[in-house]
Amino acid sequence: MSKGVLVDITRCIACRSCMVSCKSWNDLPSIPGSFSNNWDSPGKMDSNNWTVVTNHIIEEGDQIKWRFVKRQCMHCLEPACESACFTHAFVKTKEGAVIYKPTEVNKDYCVGCRYCMIACPFGVPSFQWEKTFPFVQKCRFCYDRMKEEGKEPACVTSCPTQALKYGEREELLAEARARIEQNPNYVKHIYGEKEYGGTSWLYISDVPFDKLGFRTNVSEKSIPSYTWDVLKWTPYIFFGWGAILTAMRAYTKRRAAVHHEEDMYAPVDDE
Amino acid sequence: MRIGKNWKFKITPFRILLIIFVLIAVGASLYRFIFGLGSVTNLSDEWPWGLWIGFDLLCGIALAGGGFSTALIVHVLHKDKYLPIARAALLTSLIGYIIALVSLFLDIGRWFNFWRPFFYWGYHSVLFEVFWCISLYTTVQILEFGDIFFEKVKCPPLKRILGALMTPLLILGIVLPSLHQSSLGSLYIVTVDRLYPLWWSMLLPFFFVWSAFFLGPAMVTVEGTLAARAYKREPELHVFESLTKVTLVMMIIYLIVKIADLVYRGVFSMAFNGSFESNMFLIEMIVFVIVPIIMYSINSIRTKLWGVLTASILVVAGVIFNRMNVVFTGMADAMGGHYFPSIWEWLITIGMWSALVLIYCFVVENFPILPKEEQHGHGSSISYGKAFHA
Repeated sequence: MSKGVLVDITRCIACRSCMVSCKSWNDLPSIPGSFSNNWDSPGKMDSNNWTVVTNHIIEEGDQIKWRFVKRQCMHCLEPACESACFTHAFVKTKEGAVIYKPTEVNKDYCVGCRYCMIACPFGVPSFQWEKTFPFVQKCRFCYDRMKEEGKEPACVTSCPTQALKYGEREELLAEARARIEQNPNYVKHIYGEKEYGGTSWLYISDVPFDKLGFRTNVSEKSIPSYTWDVLKWTPYIFFGWGAILTAMRAYTKRRAAVHHEEDMYAPVDDE
Repeated sequence: MRIGKNWKFKITPFRILLIIFVLIAVGASLYRFIFGLGSVTNLSDEWPWGLWIGFDLLCGIALAGGGFSTALIVHVLHKDKYLPIARAALLTSLIGYIIALVSLFLDIGRWFNFWRPFFYWGYHSVLFEVFWCISLYTTVQILEFGDIFFEKVKCPPLKRILGALMTPLLILGIVLPSLHQSSLGSLYIVTVDRLYPLWWSMLLPFFFVWSAFFLGPAMVTVEGTLAARAYKREPELHVFESLTKVTLVMMIIYLIVKIADLVYRGVFSMAFNGSFESNMFLIEMIVFVIVPIIMYSINSIRTKLWGVLTASILVVAGVIFNRMNVVFTGMADAMGGHYFPSIWEWLITIGMWSALVLIYCFVVENFPILPKEEQHGHGSSISYGKAFHA
């Protein structure tokens, strides 16, 4: 069955344990950045930060709400990156993780074209810009832990407030619905249930998602199915158009006068 | 300058300048291959594609559209009056594709893996189709050009083989570019909800292939006039003028489909909402589509060299403008961050287009590409005479 994680934004306190455990499990270097005048440094994912927690201050009347959102790869059910890759560098495993294979031994078929980065609706894949031969990097859902040891992802393990819950996606959806039912504060929406065909990571919140930097009202159709709607016509166009052209050429040829092309053209003499 | 007995290449100050640009670009490219993309470009996670993909690849391929539209008109429909421009169009198209392939090679991060898509069939990717079609079409064009090459470099057996292959090559040489010109548009279908709705459409592939096709005659006009000026020849005005009929009809259809598509998707009013995107869209539509349509349809403008040239320049600039809008303007809001090409990205781009000009000059000076000059003294004296007596 396909695994998932339910992120309950009401429970997150922005301790950033998830960021630390992600780095230590995945051996990602910590590079000191420059000072930035905000709370959520580094604020956006890059090739060494596969998960970040972003801060959002929301004013509702005289009330100020401070909310924190953990971000990482959403692990789409039908990943745009996987379909966009022309060398099968991404795989959606049956466990639910979307992983990039080329960093594994003998799997280096990534060309570095970065179309996955254009294709991802969540802006997740990052590139090792500073390297001569960069890889694409992103959250792997701790696939190694999941598969070999049956463990939950490192970030979930380290979360002290149970803001993250790992389990079967279907069960998590039921749980999310139950929480939303029981507490009227929640927004009646599970982000990731249907967005772009659904994602393995799901979010619930007491603040509208568009105020937390989520792109809302997006397509419920997956991106691969959009592309396929166009690509499926390729063979018909190839043979159909080819046949039409051949027929036209044959038809018009009979009526055209014969030309001796060799006598028509000459090199330019510019001396 | 003569190279051996059969080859020549004239050296002018302008060409020396171009050669310097090429050398700088070669140096910068070597640096990029050794030290990586981050060291020479301003690309980032927000802007994974920049000048090389947006301009050199997308616009380069579109501008090379003259190759396949001319091939269709001349070799499939056999409109023989356009024969004089056929070879020049093929040549520019071929060089354009080689430039596009070079810029693609420069742009990919793991360039030693460039051949992988030939063996790992990611057929569900639009890029897969683009990659295969562009590679195959470049090969087809090289073979088509081989037919011309062997007119000068005598090798009868090869010439005969190529001659026999010419029909299938010509057909492939239209089908393949039709497919990937449209696929270049399909590439941006994945940006649903992100590319500004004035540009995002399921019809993107149609708009891309259609505009690449009607761009062809305009591009032929522009480059034909440039070549005529450079070599002090008579521009093929009658050919340019009569080609505008193709462009005109196709542009009107383009405009109608564009408007219908906007109305169908319910975003027509967005064109007038005063945002930066909407203004850029209006400029694209009015200056670069409607104005050329008007110019092409007025007889007294179309039949003059300046008129047909100005309108054609607008069409060419318009297609570039459209591609830039799709890649940059339309995506800016969703991608965040900012991107402006670094000096090295510019220099490499300039170097590549300089190389295009140099190769073009070398080839037309050494191979039978442009039509033989008639004795213009004779022709012009007749028209002079008429005017004199009238």
